[in-house]
Formats: sequence, C-alpha cells, structure tokens
Amino acid sequence: MSVLFLSRSARPRWLTPPLIVGAVLILFWLVATVAAPWMSAHAPLDMVGRRLQPPSWDHLLGTDALGRDVLSRTLHGARHSIPIAVTVVAFAVAIGASLGAVAGFVGGFVDTVIMRMVDVTLSFPPMLLAMAVAASLGPGLENAAIAMVIVWWPVYARLMRAQVLEVREREHVEAAIASGATQGRVLGKHVLPLCWTPVLISATMDLGQVILLAASLSFIGLGATPPTPEWGSMISDGASQFYSWWVALGPGLAILTIVLGFNFIGDGLHDYFDPRSR
Amino acid sequence: MSASPLFEVRDLRVAFGRNGTYAEAVRGISLHVDPGEVLGIVGESGSGKSVGMLAALGLQPEGARVTGSVRFDGRELVGLPRRELRKLRGSRIAMIFQDPLSSLNPVMTVGEQIIEAVRLHNPDMSRHAAADRARDLLALVAIPQPDRRLAQYPHEFSGGMRQRVMIAMAVANDPDLLIADEPTTALDVTVQAQIMEVLAELQARLKLGLILITHDLGVLAGHADRVAVVYAGQVVEQAGVDDLFARPGHPYTRGLIASIPDMTVQNDRLFSIDGTPPALGQLPAGCAFHPRCIAAGEICRREAPSMREEGGHAAACHFAFAPSETIA
Amino acid sequence: MTRYILRRLIAMPFLVLGIVTLAFLLTSVTKGDPLTAIVSDRQMNNPEVVAAAKARWGLDRSLPERYVIYVGNLLSGDMGTSFITRRPVAQDVLYRLPATMELVVAAMIVGATIGISLGVLAAYFRNTAIDHGARLFALFGSSIPVFWLGLALLYVFSVQWGILPGPGRLDARATAPPMVTGFMTIDTLFAGDFRLFLDALWHLLLPAFVLGWAVAGTISRLVRANMVEVLSREFILTARAKGAGEFRVVIRHALRNTLVPTLTVIGYSFAYLLTGAVLTETIFSWPGMGSYAVEAARGLDFPAIIGVTIVGGIVFLFTNLLTDVAYVVANPRVRLG
Repeated sequence: MSVLFLSRSARPRWLTPPLIVGAVLILFWLVATVAAPWMSAHAPLDMVGRRLQPPSWDHLLGTDALGRDVLSRTLHGARHSIPIAVTVVAFAVAIGASLGAVAGFVGGFVDTVIMRMVDVTLSFPPMLLAMAVAASLGPGLENAAIAMVIVWWPVYARLMRAQVLEVREREHVEAAIASGATQGRVLGKHVLPLCWTPVLISATMDLGQVILLAASLSFIGLGATPPTPEWGSMISDGASQFYSWWVALGPGLAILTIVLGFNFIGDGLHDYFDPRSR
Repeated sequence: MSASPLFEVRDLRVAFGRNGTYAEAVRGISLHVDPGEVLGIVGESGSGKSVGMLAALGLQPEGARVTGSVRFDGRELVGLPRRELRKLRGSRIAMIFQDPLSSLNPVMTVGEQIIEAVRLHNPDMSRHAAADRARDLLALVAIPQPDRRLAQYPHEFSGGMRQRVMIAMAVANDPDLLIADEPTTALDVTVQAQIMEVLAELQARLKLGLILITHDLGVLAGHADRVAVVYAGQVVEQAGVDDLFARPGHPYTRGLIASIPDMTVQNDRLFSIDGTPPALGQLPAGCAFHPRCIAAGEICRREAPSMREEGGHAAACHFAFAPSETIA
Repeated sequence: MTRYILRRLIAMPFLVLGIVTLAFLLTSVTKGDPLTAIVSDRQMNNPEVVAAAKARWGLDRSLPERYVIYVGNLLSGDMGTSFITRRPVAQDVLYRLPATMELVVAAMIVGATIGISLGVLAAYFRNTAIDHGARLFALFGSSIPVFWLGLALLYVFSVQWGILPGPGRLDARATAPPMVTGFMTIDTLFAGDFRLFLDALWHLLLPAFVLGWAVAGTISRLVRANMVEVLSREFILTARAKGAGEFRVVIRHALRNTLVPTLTVIGYSFAYLLTGAVLTETIFSWPGMGSYAVEAARGLDFPAIIGVTIVGGIVFLFTNLLTDVAYVVANPRVRLG
C-alpha cells in the first residue's frame, strides 16, 4: 500500500489511488482463489467448533449453524465465485462478440435477426430473466452459469457490432476489400484485431457485476447448493440465522471487497481516459 | 475631469497558485473611469485585461489571489463581503461578454433571463412588472417583436440579436458602469458596427461609464474617450484616444496601431507584432516587452521601465517621449 | 426526434412479442417436458388435471401450434395457475405489482435526491474531501450486494438500535387499509388514517434506501460530471455578473442544464431497481413481485416465474419508452428542432 503515499511525481501518472486500491483488492482475492487451502485454518466443510460461535481468536469470523469456520469458508468461496464469473464472462464474450461481429460485418438480414435477439434479451430486467432461465433449467451452479451467459451475451454483441461497424469504414479495410481478399480474411485479419481491446476491457470490468449476479442467484437458491461455500448461499444461511450477524459478515465483505476492487479500477480507468471530468 | 472617479483601480494584482507558488496574471494595473466616460482597454488575449476587470468585481477564478484596491463610487471593493459585491453586480455595475451564445443560458428563455436580472435587484417587483420591463428593454436595444422574442430560447436568435439581449440584460437596472469584454469579437463583421452603435447610443442616453475591453485598437478609435494599453498584466500606456493615435509612446502601442486593418488601403499582408506574449509566470527580465520590441536597447533587458507622464499621456517605456524618436 | 419516438412506439409490440416468445421458449426447455411447467408435481398424478392442462395449452400439438395457443392465452390474460398459491398468475402479479412499484418509486426518489445532491456538491467542491467522499459513497453503493446490505441495516437499525421498524409494509399489529391503489402510503391516506400513513412511510424508509443507494451512486457520478462541465461554461459567469447568489447559480442555472442527462439516467436506473427489488423484497418481506418471483423460483413454480418475467419485461420496456419521451420533452432544442 505504500505506493499510495508516494508523492505525485514519484508515481507514474496513470497509477492513481483508485487503481492501486482496486488492484490490491483483486489481487488479494486472486491469491485466495489459488491459495485458500493454505490461507485458512480449517477445511470449508469441516465442523470444527461449536455451532454459531461469535468471532473469537479461534474463529476470527465465528462459526455457522453447523459449526463450520466462517473465515475458512469465506476464503474458499473465492474458488467458486471467481472461476464462475470468469467462465460466464468468457462464454458471454465468445458468443456475444462472434454474433456481434457477424452482425456488424455481414449486415442486412443477419444483422437484423441478431440485433432483434439482442433487443429482446435486453428488454428484461437482468435478474428476473436470469431467475426465470435458471429456474427453468433447474437449480445448480451450471444452470445458473448458463442463465447468466444468456443474460449477458447481448452486451458484448452490441459493443462488438459497434466496433466492427466503426473499423470496417477505415481505409486499410477498404483497401483489403478492394484488393480482393475474402470476406472471412478481411474480418479475421483486418477488422477483428482492432476491435478486441474495448470488448476485453469492458468484459474485465464486468467481472464484478457477474460475481454480484451469481451471488444473488445463489442467495435465492438458484445457484450453488449446500454445502458449497459460495458467498451468496452463505449469506442466505446468515439470513436464516439472522441474530448471529457474523455468519453473513464474512461472505458479505468478500463480495463487497472484490466488486469494489473492480469498480475502483473501472473508475480509475475512466478518470484516466476522460481527464475532463477530473 | 471630476474630482472623484466613478471607478478607480490601483495596483490591482491577480495571482494564480500552483503547488504553493503564485504566478501573477495581472501585475499591478491602475486605471480609472469617470462617470459617463468611455475607457478603452486594449491588449492581446492573455494580457490580463479581462482577468483583471473580472477580479475587480470579485469574479476571479477559484483559487486566484487578488490584491490592490478597487474603488467604485468611493467604496472599496477588494475584500468586500460577497453579499455586498453581489448587490453591486448587475445593478450598479454590469458586464457583457464576448460570445453571446455561450453567455446566455441555453435552457432558459430570453425572457426568463432578463426578468431574472431585473428581479434579482428588485425582489419586490411583481413578475408582471418585470416582464413589462423586459419588453421595454428589448425595445431599447431595438429588437423587434419583443413579446414573441421573450418566449424564445437563445438558440433561436442570431448572433447580433443575442448580443443585444446581453446588453438589454446588462442595462436592466440602470447601471452606472458597464464593462463590455470584447463585445463584438465573436460577431460577423457586418453586425459588429451595429452592436457598437447600440452600445454607444445607450452609453450616451444612460450616461454610462463604459469600459470597452478589446484586442482591436481600431474598435476604440471612434468610441473611447481614453485608452489604456495592457501588456503582460500591466498598463504600458494610457492617454486620451486622439493623443494615443497621434503620438503613441510605447512601441507596443505603435505595433497595435500598425496592425489595425485599413479599409481605405488595399493591403494584402496585415502588420502583426512578432512573437507571442509571455506565458503566465515566465516573464523575461527587464521590460516584459523587450523580446518582441524592435527598438529594445541594452537597458530594456536589465531594467523594467516605470511610467513616464507628459501632459496626461503616460507610457512605460525607457524611450517614451524621447526627442530623438526614430522608431517607425 | 418525434419521429424517433414514433419509431420506438412502433417497435413496442414487436419487442413485447419477443418477450413473450422468449418466455414461451423457456416453458418448452423446462426439464424437457413442458407439462412440468404447467402442472405441479403434486398434481401430476391427477389424470383429470393433466388432461385439462394438456387441452388448454395444446400440449399434444406441434410447437408452432402451441406457440399460437400460448400467445392466445396470454392475450386473454391467462398466464396459467401458480403451483404455490393455486391462483391465476395474472391475478397474483396484478395484486403484487403495486407493492413493487411503491418500493421502486420510493427508491427512485431516495436515489435521485441523494444522487443529485451529492453530485452537485461533489462538482462544486471538486477535488476536496466532499468530492472524494461522494465518489466513495458511489463506489460502495454499486459494490454492496443489496441482499447483504438489507440484512446488515435491518440488524443494526432495527434489532440493535431499534430506531427503525423491521420488515413488512406496516406494523405487524396494524390492520392494512382497504386496497385502492395498492400503494400503502396512498391507501392509508385514503382510509384517512394519518398514523398508519406515517407507519407505512416509516417501513418504506430502509428498503428504499437499500435499493436506492446504488442508483444514488450512479446518478451522483453522472450529475457531477455534467455539473463540472456546465459550471465552467460562460453563462455561469453571466449569472454571477448579474448578481445571482451561488445557490441560484448552481441550482437554477447549472443544475437545470444537466436536467436532460439526469432524467435519462434516472429513467434507465429502472432496470437496476427492478433487479434489486427482487432481492430487497425478499429481505424485507415485502409482498411485491420480487418476493413472489423468488418464492416461485425457489418452489420451481414455473407459471409464476415466467408470468413475473413477462410482466417485468413489459414494465421495463414501458419505462424505457417513458424515459425517451421525457428526454424529448425536457430538451427545448430537441423539442423545437
């Protein structure tokens, strides 16, 4: 954290405090994803203490209704939430960006069909649609993940299509078309390489929101199923043990800090790219 | 000249702070305006003429430090509480600005804006009476169909008409002093003369003290009584308008006069002074003008000149009013 | 611009049809057998019920035929029968919609009030502690999971300190007034019971804040960015030169110029509010569409969850349309152009 206190001149200009704080928070949870078993004192499913113990030196965040260590479970939660979020975003980008690129590049009827699908999907409040899809597919993390991909892909389809439409007009692309390159070659070689960056940046920033959505689904019982130490379902446990406030504290702070990390970075990037609003 | 001027600025300084160090944009301007007099202030953009006049009314940008003395009608304005300053602004001292489009609020009708100007200083006046006043004001600046015009938004007006609105708004409360900051610069050439005419007529009719800030000395020729020439945050020459044109004492003034476009002579290339004014906080040693001066001597590099006066004509140049004047 | 609105209006029925189609597809993917989406597990053994459902929804026919029947049923307001409440879904949803709307409107008021005030303050006191504080408030708002925030605030304010009421729309001992609008705050006034009105308002406070915080954050960031820009414009100097006080300069001259983007972001925040309402209602035992949807999803009550999704989508579509109309109305240049 000491970078934060460096004088302005000793720090690169892009390295603003929001970026540093965000990076530290995300880094912590990335480490937890890998190293949770070594970072925590107990196994997440072991009943290691008395039930519903308030925080103490033995159990820093207390124990839950089954006597499991909340801190250990919270750290292990990263191993579920982060990989799920990454998978969901990866699939959403793969589907959304491909469809968006095709829509933008081919145009005409294909474009209309794809974009109407996008419009309709975006006509739903995201949470309601995710719930309906997840419920229809049946409970479970995989189905929740599929539901989230269905809710999320249109975002990247729109973004990618806008990118492709913009890049397609550039001179070097028109030159490639004029020189007789095939459609696929023009798209793959000349257009797509210039379109990825904004899509990937936006996808990375969306990870926080996807973690929130996944936790929300788990909270209402449509995602992870017990005894998985997933943050949303842990908070759900906490809600049923309302007076043992510590049961929900750990997972709540976990979601808060990791989403905050992504939001800090998004905010810092925004400041950097839009100095007008400083 | 009367005993006490309407508006008197003495050694006004405006400094902008950056990391604890201050750089002066206005470095001790002194000037005065008598009641009903027209003072022209001329200088390039960035010379500090606008910043100085705004600061005199307490309208300096945030973080600026203002020192010196500004007296209006015998009252000191520097250090006056904001409330008191606010009461003066728009009632006894009014301003108009360069670009009438950006100076008018785009989401308020012209009527709303004029009525606001009236009622801010006459809180007891009814809306209806203020609307009547607004209508009269539009008529005063010769805007036809005032009733219809009051309900329109600024973007429905032409540039010249917008500036008329600004003038109407400025004189809404019969001010004693009007500060016009480049009032014609943003307008089409054909409209510029009309706006100057409106200003001159109102000045005479309302016996306004008028400060005309401009970068174009030519504008002042027919309209100002006296002229102050500002360079790098200081007044470098001050004189009656005829005297100034006839006998400019400062090489900068001579440059400005030479760069007035002459309508009678077909001239392809307009004269312009070489170089650019010094950036904020990067003043050369000696006379601030010497790097651009065609007549600079050894002393100009070492010593800043002080004001020399000769029969109401003052200039800050080491060689001012020198008998052996040979500079073109 | 009016042409744009017209185009949006024309697109509406198609989008609604799209929503319905997607909902229909959902019923057909349900565990492979659409019957499970119409008849609850317990009723599956009842051949009469199964036969009746098959006939009504045309389950023995082809997919396109079923689609036509589905749309026809929807048009007549038939979204099937809830497995849990045993009542028609349409009736349930209509009964619960007002509670959600009341919560969402309250959250929008809370969010807009806090957001606009903070945005204005942050812009005016740019790069001061106030500005940084407002930024933190906004970032936290969009990072805190509402369901956890609701729990935490309920615990602190209601259990620990006892200064705010617990879950629900009214005190548990109170009898609800007759339902007129479905807005508890309005119905209590219709019933002429001012104390009950205060009680309803009191109960609305915490959930509205929980739901409105994130929106407040988003709005404050947008208002700040716009205010910073507007405050540097020349007409602000004109207003000051006219003798206007700072409050008038900021509110009447600057804020009014940010009205259009502000209205737009408030309108679009509806999506977030509907999403957040699902979870907020669950925490605060709020008898709205959100808690209905959650109960339905938990109980695999397919007709109910799909019905709520359709209604939610349609409500969402209409608010977005309203936002666009408001945008046109609030913008004198667009309106006249």
